[in-house]
Amino acid sequence: MAIKEVSIGDISARGAAAEQEFQGEHLVVNMGPSHPATHGVLRLKLELDGETVTKCEPVVGYLHRGDEKIAENMTYNQFVPYTDRLDYLGPIHNNVTFAMAVEKLAGLEVPPRCQAIRLLCCELARVQSHLLGVGVYAMDCGSITAFMYTFTEREKIYSLLEQLCGARFTTSYTRIGGLQRDIPDGWLGNVRKVVDEMEPVLDELDALITRNRIFYDRTVGLGVISKEDAIAYGLTGPNLRGSGVALDLRKDDPYLGYENYEFDVPIGSTGDCYDRWLVRMVELRESLKIIKQVIDSMPDGPWYAEEAKKIFAPRKDKVMTSMEELIQNFMIVTEGPQIPEGEVYFEAENPKGLLGFYIVSKGGGVPYRMKIRSPSFCNLSILPKLVPGHMVADIPVILGSFDFVMGECDR
Amino acid sequence: MATKVVERKPLSIWERSYLPQIVGGLKITFKNMFKPTVTLEYPEERPEIPPGYRGVPTLVRDPNGREKCVSCQLCEFVCPPKAIRITPGEIPEESESRHVEKGPQEFEINMLRCIYCGLCQEVCPEEAIWLQDIYSFTGYSREEMVNDKQKLYELGGTLPDPYYKWDRKKQAELEGNPHH
Repeated sequence: MAIKEVSIGDISARGAAAEQEFQGEHLVVNMGPSHPATHGVLRLKLELDGETVTKCEPVVGYLHRGDEKIAENMTYNQFVPYTDRLDYLGPIHNNVTFAMAVEKLAGLEVPPRCQAIRLLCCELARVQSHLLGVGVYAMDCGSITAFMYTFTEREKIYSLLEQLCGARFTTSYTRIGGLQRDIPDGWLGNVRKVVDEMEPVLDELDALITRNRIFYDRTVGLGVISKEDAIAYGLTGPNLRGSGVALDLRKDDPYLGYENYEFDVPIGSTGDCYDRWLVRMVELRESLKIIKQVIDSMPDGPWYAEEAKKIFAPRKDKVMTSMEELIQNFMIVTEGPQIPEGEVYFEAENPKGLLGFYIVSKGGGVPYRMKIRSPSFCNLSILPKLVPGHMVADIPVILGSFDFVMGECDR
Repeated sequence: MATKVVERKPLSIWERSYLPQIVGGLKITFKNMFKPTVTLEYPEERPEIPPGYRGVPTLVRDPNGREKCVSCQLCEFVCPPKAIRITPGEIPEESESRHVEKGPQEFEINMLRCIYCGLCQEVCPEEAIWLQDIYSFTGYSREEMVNDKQKLYELGGTLPDPYYKWDRKKQAELEGNPHH
């Protein structure tokens, strides 16, 4: 800024010059990459006019690990642990989506029990992710209590996953053509118990937050995304449904047998932050409804594709006793599941939106190229359009309402 | 009914007064005060580990004390973060399990790299590597975090063996049917 010369005695001229100096100036502020409201390592380059944001530029990539390139150097099954680290708030859904994408390329249909277990896992992941989403959203608006309650419930889902696959957080549960193992005895009863205990907590959460005046005043009319904008920017998941577009692949393009279960797709009416909250709260209840139906109708039978001998490794008891299975085990582990040549795109309704895997295969057990369409990345693309015009203090609320996760955005 | 628009009604005057939220909030707080605690006093109290937990990978011996690993290096191959390093070796002539022929001369698992995914246990054709229930593994230096063969067997101990694969092979050989 050039220093202007003014005569010392002329106070009104000095005042006018100072006013001119500070009025037109925009302040550039970095929010993040290590800011508690940015849920990880999102950086926002903000241009401020006073307290009002005039420009917002999200800078992503701080958590980039090159997952897509890594995938080219390992077999399909070896990549499953890496999918845990995409959307790490509901990791088991990523496992399922990835396995289904590869199976679609192989033209492989998994048995009904496997599908039902996967579907149950998907809905548990949705509950898990949304519980954190709404809890953190409430915390961003100043209510830490709500976060504590949702996290207590989330902890129970961690325990369920621990019993299911041996790990609380990084599940790595699916394999191409099946699962890591069958569900343990009595597990469905435990799930039922957790689900039954969760409903009163959601009511409590509603009582605490949804009709709370502070939260209401803070979120209503804030960050309004119109239907057209939501579609134009490629928003998916609860953020899109909050704007009133009823796109849910579980209904529109059912996979895993979602068509057999009764549930509703909630949509918002205005597309503001409050609508996104309401949609997530309703989705939580709908997911619990689906989980109950799956528990009641869990089919028996094999939990992996038995006929896919070149894709799913043989069982341990066979490997230990029979030469053929031993050789087969070695072949599948070292060369990978044998997937035919071709290209495939598969996307599923992840908790955060549509997670898609585009896989190019030249045959064999290793993908030639893989592209991951991560919902958080696409959802964040609307920020430059959405944030300007809002106050700085509204940004945590808007970000909270988006419920993104950077592990998936940067992948 | 497929889609439903979320219910969204404006706050009533009673709700705008903020009194019901204070009363409701306090009610929930007091209710939770008298519920049993959900947290653990961690180092003193330990969580219950379910069967099949994926903890620290270890090597095990069979009930006869034979080391089960035959150094096929399948776990080393499959390990996604490349945490395992094996140097294969020959089992000496005078050893009782000479007929197994191969065993690991060195076996190292770098716990700084391990991601506890359990693929090594899943692919092992000898059921020699097991992820057991140790979940907090610490050390003061990087070297300490690399488990060598001795440490791995210490951690692993002995697990029951339903197959006795190599004993059966030896038995078959003694009976003159080596390709049993």
